[in-house]
Amino acid sequence: MSNIQWNHILVINDPLLLGAFISMVLSAIGAVALVTYLKRWGWLWREWITTVDHKKIGIMYILTAVLMFFRGGIDGLLMKVQTSRPEMEFLNAQHYNEIFTTHGVIMILFVAMPFLIGIMNVIVPLQIGARDVAFPQLNALSFWLFLSGAVLFNISFVVGGSPDAGWTSYFPLAGKEFSPGIGNNYYAVALQIAGIGTLMSGINFIVTVLKMRTKGMTLMRMPMFTWTSFVTSIIIVAAFPIFTVALALMTLDRLYGTHFFTLSGGGMDMLWANLFWLWGHPEVYIVALPAFGIFSEVISTFSRKTLYGYKTMVYSIVTIAGLSMVVWVHHFYTMGSGPAINSFFSITTMLIAVPTGVKIFNWLFTMRKGRIQFTTAMLWALAFVPNFVIGGVTGVMLAMAAADYQYHNTLFLVAHFHYVLIPGVVFAVFAGLYYWWPKMFGHMLNEKLGKWHFWLFVIGFNVTFMPMFFLGLKGAVRRAYTFSMESGFASLFLVSAIGSIILAAGFAVFCYNIYWSARYADRNISHDPWDARTLEWATTNPVQYYNFATLPEVKKLDAFWEMKKNQDSLALHAKELEEIHMPSNSGLPFFMFVVFTIAGFLLVFEWHLAAAIAAIGIVAGLLIRSFDYDQGYHVHVKEVVETERAWRKVEGEVNTHVS
Amino acid sequence: MSAKVNTALPLEYQTLQNQMNILGFWIFLGAEIVLFATLFGVYGVLGTRFADGPILKDLIVMQDVFIQTVLLLVSSFTCGIAIYEMRRNNVKGLMTWLIITLGLGAGFLFMEIREFLHYIHAGATIQTSAAFSSFFALLGTHGLHVTLGICWAVAIMVQIKKRGLTSDTARKVFIIGLYWHFLDVVWIFIYTFVYLKGAVA
Repeated sequence: MSNIQWNHILVINDPLLLGAFISMVLSAIGAVALVTYLKRWGWLWREWITTVDHKKIGIMYILTAVLMFFRGGIDGLLMKVQTSRPEMEFLNAQHYNEIFTTHGVIMILFVAMPFLIGIMNVIVPLQIGARDVAFPQLNALSFWLFLSGAVLFNISFVVGGSPDAGWTSYFPLAGKEFSPGIGNNYYAVALQIAGIGTLMSGINFIVTVLKMRTKGMTLMRMPMFTWTSFVTSIIIVAAFPIFTVALALMTLDRLYGTHFFTLSGGGMDMLWANLFWLWGHPEVYIVALPAFGIFSEVISTFSRKTLYGYKTMVYSIVTIAGLSMVVWVHHFYTMGSGPAINSFFSITTMLIAVPTGVKIFNWLFTMRKGRIQFTTAMLWALAFVPNFVIGGVTGVMLAMAAADYQYHNTLFLVAHFHYVLIPGVVFAVFAGLYYWWPKMFGHMLNEKLGKWHFWLFVIGFNVTFMPMFFLGLKGAVRRAYTFSMESGFASLFLVSAIGSIILAAGFAVFCYNIYWSARYADRNISHDPWDARTLEWATTNPVQYYNFATLPEVKKLDAFWEMKKNQDSLALHAKELEEIHMPSNSGLPFFMFVVFTIAGFLLVFEWHLAAAIAAIGIVAGLLIRSFDYDQGYHVHVKEVVETERAWRKVEGEVNTHVS
Repeated sequence: MSAKVNTALPLEYQTLQNQMNILGFWIFLGAEIVLFATLFGVYGVLGTRFADGPILKDLIVMQDVFIQTVLLLVSSFTCGIAIYEMRRNNVKGLMTWLIITLGLGAGFLFMEIREFLHYIHAGATIQTSAAFSSFFALLGTHGLHVTLGICWAVAIMVQIKKRGLTSDTARKVFIIGLYWHFLDVVWIFIYTFVYLKGAVA
């Protein structure tokens, strides 16, 4: 029943696609050649591919996210070029559809998610004083399944064709009748695989936070980033299974002729919209909450004050998490739910502004009378507040169901969610990366380049998206590949396109900063370069693989700050040291990556028998895991002493500031 | 991470890693509840949309469904006895009751597949109508869980045979016990909201 033709597998008839295809192949060959030339295959396998170390897994998430940001950003730029002038013929309608679809999916699922889960991986165990997450090997599997989904989704545009029904993939458009190609199969299969990985991350972090906190680290002494990561994990567990089901039913509809969302056979297309947003709205908070946590850490550190209203912060996150589950209908007020239902969801949506407002004021009061240091990380947090408020206030406008009939599906909406997600998530990620970079790599990112990055990005962002509010109010619809001269949209669209180039320049400076800092930045930095407040700074930079030689004991909120204030030294007493138990590396997660990618690819192409055979590999992997009784290994005291001596003075005290 | 053993606790709870695995599995079951709740929701929306195809009410053989229910409920009970024998450190009793449990599970599966074939011969397949799409998706997901559970339990029994009852194997048995009871709970909802409701509709 497969209707896939062999000669349609490679989609390279378009010069843009051909160019992208050639550059993909060349960079793959280049990467393989480089690793071979440097004789680094063994190192790559031992240190990275088989690793179960939460810090390395976090770094791999972050690197993937940077790459995907590049891909999603190129998609965005192509759209901006196409709409820079009326009646442009740079992209045709079909190509434009594909690009806004992949832009949306990639930016949410393969940029925002891995950036935040990556930072969670690196930081959460350190902040609670643990040596790893609860299930280190499962953590590696989460990453590899995420990467499998990302690989499948990214090859789609040259191998078989991109999905083109929007990141929401509404039925009936996304069904077989209206999208007969295989592009939307990629959507269903790739996101399913990545989603399984995310669900397992959620479970892992809930257990880690509940069971692995160090002595004295009560729940209400946890740093705010750990709190937000914990609540986000709970939302992941509550929301991702809905997406799993929705995608599975989509796959059944597309591949096996069922009638869940079809127009014929009694199916209901609106059921898809409901299931999608039942997951999709909580998903917004899955990415937003950890970002709020990052801002809380950064603002508190650089205002040199304890976070204002810690308890109300915690209650607001929990309230936001609860409300996030009951607002999904606001994504489709216009689709005929009726006034009673629309009113209910209007009210729940507007209610979210209350705990969010509480958080904004808490951040402002944290800064009040603080000694603010204008580091790059802090600049992102400062810019976040006004920009995010614009996103939030326009969100309340959209929340009013009656008014939404005017805004729905216009660029006003597009501007709104970019004003929420870019300041709310991307600024946070940048703040977090500048702040925690020394934790990961043992050197700082360059602050001067960081400020160039910051100003270009923030100005570019505002120039790009502010005009879109006005375009939307004038009636410009989203997802339209062009517009006429008579519409009067031309000048604002041009301004927006120019803004996107400034935005891209900002990102380019960031990439250059990573390169520059890796090559030239000072390695002789203290373990606590920012004079920070939480436990991750109570150990060396970059963090040694066992995290802490002895597990710290927590007496108050801002545990590390208290230690410094009370002059509780971090001195090491040889007699307190014990052997440290650590988990062994494993190649199994990588094996699962390979079989999931192959099985997923075959399923996308509807070669059912071959896919089923490949799926045997998945079962084999599960069985191997079940029969694996590896107990990990112990790090000897002698090795701990030697490692610790490298960053401490002879008597075991830590070095204070160097910079 | 800690290898510290607390012998005052039941075998499966003695190490921190085991406690975390069990807690993690409880949370996984939470995710499974959301998954099945979504499938029930889909069935609730689509379950009466038979288009021009056959109606579930005309096809149900209540007697067979009742036998399935009894098989699965009894298997949950025998699974409980297996865990009880494990707590008494009686490996033979544990294995015997596990085999009985899986036998009942296999009987359930046999009856379910027979029921599905009956529907398919009557012209009600997963492609016939939205109602049967959602019916087979819900029941099929449950049946698939039972199938995986049986294979998984067999793998664990092999491990007990090889290694005896240790803190690790006890944890694995305990976890699959949780899984098995969970499938039973899901079935109670299926029996109520699919079959009983379908039979009177």
